[in-house]
Amino acid sequence: MALNINGNSFDLPNDPRTSLLDFIRREAGLTGSKKGCDHGQCGACTVIVNGERINSCLTLAVMHDGCSVTTIEGLGTLAEPSALQKAFVDHDGYQCGYCTPGQICSATAMLDEIKAGMPSDATDDITAAPTLTDEEIRERMSGNLCRCGAYPNIVAAIREVAGEAT
Amino acid sequence: MKPFDYIRADGLDLAAQQLSHNGAMAIAGGTNLIDLMKLQVETPAALIDLNPLPMNQIANEGDGLRIGALASNTAIANHAKVRADYPVLAKAILAGATQQLRNKATMAGNLCQRTRCYYFTNIDQPCNKREPGSGCGAIEGIAKLHGVLGTSNQCIATYPGDMAVALYALDAQIEISGNDGAARTMPLREFHRLPGETPHIDNNLDAGDIITGVTLPAPVGGTQAYRKVRERSSYAFALCSVAAVIAMADGRFTRADLAFGALAHKPWYDHRVGEMLIGEKPSLALFDKAADLLLEDARGFGANDFKIPLARRTLAATLCEATGVEA
Repeated sequence: MALNINGNSFDLPNDPRTSLLDFIRREAGLTGSKKGCDHGQCGACTVIVNGERINSCLTLAVMHDGCSVTTIEGLGTLAEPSALQKAFVDHDGYQCGYCTPGQICSATAMLDEIKAGMPSDATDDITAAPTLTDEEIRERMSGNLCRCGAYPNIVAAIREVAGEAT
Repeated sequence: MKPFDYIRADGLDLAAQQLSHNGAMAIAGGTNLIDLMKLQVETPAALIDLNPLPMNQIANEGDGLRIGALASNTAIANHAKVRADYPVLAKAILAGATQQLRNKATMAGNLCQRTRCYYFTNIDQPCNKREPGSGCGAIEGIAKLHGVLGTSNQCIATYPGDMAVALYALDAQIEISGNDGAARTMPLREFHRLPGETPHIDNNLDAGDIITGVTLPAPVGGTQAYRKVRERSSYAFALCSVAAVIAMADGRFTRADLAFGALAHKPWYDHRVGEMLIGEKPSLALFDKAADLLLEDARGFGANDFKIPLARRTLAATLCEATGVEA
């Protein structure tokens, strides 16, 4: 009974009430993932589980036996940031930075979703492969709130990396 | 969160037995249930985690499509056959929540989600749905999100989801495994309940029942639309929504399957509305008559009075878009 976070294995908690977010922060000691609302409304706790982004506050750690979790700490380091981490710095995609780990985890998974051809509510023709317009980026990132309002720069950072990737 | 026993499901029959015990609840995606447990709106004695059960397949069944109870909202909306043949379903799912939530949310969990009435989710307020007999805070309070159709003097809450509205328009069937192991199927349109005198009962599941899947009939083609009106352009619950499956021949309606969200305690399907359109030429006057029928018993509660004209206009806009009539 264990889950894997950024390549390291952790035993599942004894108390089933432990959210995945609390487990990541307290048991694994990885405090990059943030607790904003704790109700799945803000996206600050977004992590990637088995390749899909989720709100880690709205799921229990015990429900993730055998799962692979990637947090912001697993995406890059100060010396070797991921393309999105670098782009968020280059474009000032934050002010206070509290939402940033969730934004970057979310955007990382979102670029994979685009590559997989998944539609969104902003996609005109849902039978066709989507094009990553700014409208698409905004819709697909609507689960990550930024109280500082750095949205234009967040979109710019994602647009740059998406452009390089395609 | 109150303490609870956590049990990983090990087979459908055993899970059904475990769910028959008082205070046991099923969990799948958990995005609604865990939220409500944090608020102590839900305080289950035991959670039966259904995720180990093999129920997430999406597969052709006859001429239609069977969607397993544990298929994620994302998997459904992204499925090639859903996108091509049941676009109203994909559009409705994509209009709801966020990618993070849709990745976790399941078919069955989405159908069983609770109302977002803020008197229901606040344990300091009276609510007949949460605590039968305690009264309704919304009827005398600020009832903005609330129902205008099928309400009762006990409860005016709405079913909040989008996906089910499309499934009502598509006339999906729901498969349920009973606690005796016997499977049954019912039209999804008969699954959710109106509040009446028992607003604490959202749907027609019995103790120990487990939803195993939803089946869609053979594709009917036509023009399919999901129009959702909300207070911001993404990640908000509907104030009103319309799912429409429309077909025309010789300039007249040959099919008009319409379902409405955020107006009632369940997705609202009134067969008379579609039937009155069949054989008619689309026009604004006709759409207005359809709205008259839809809303003949509508009643607002002050802050949600706007929903009645909004439903009328949303219906007209949806039909204009589907038929090419100029609004």
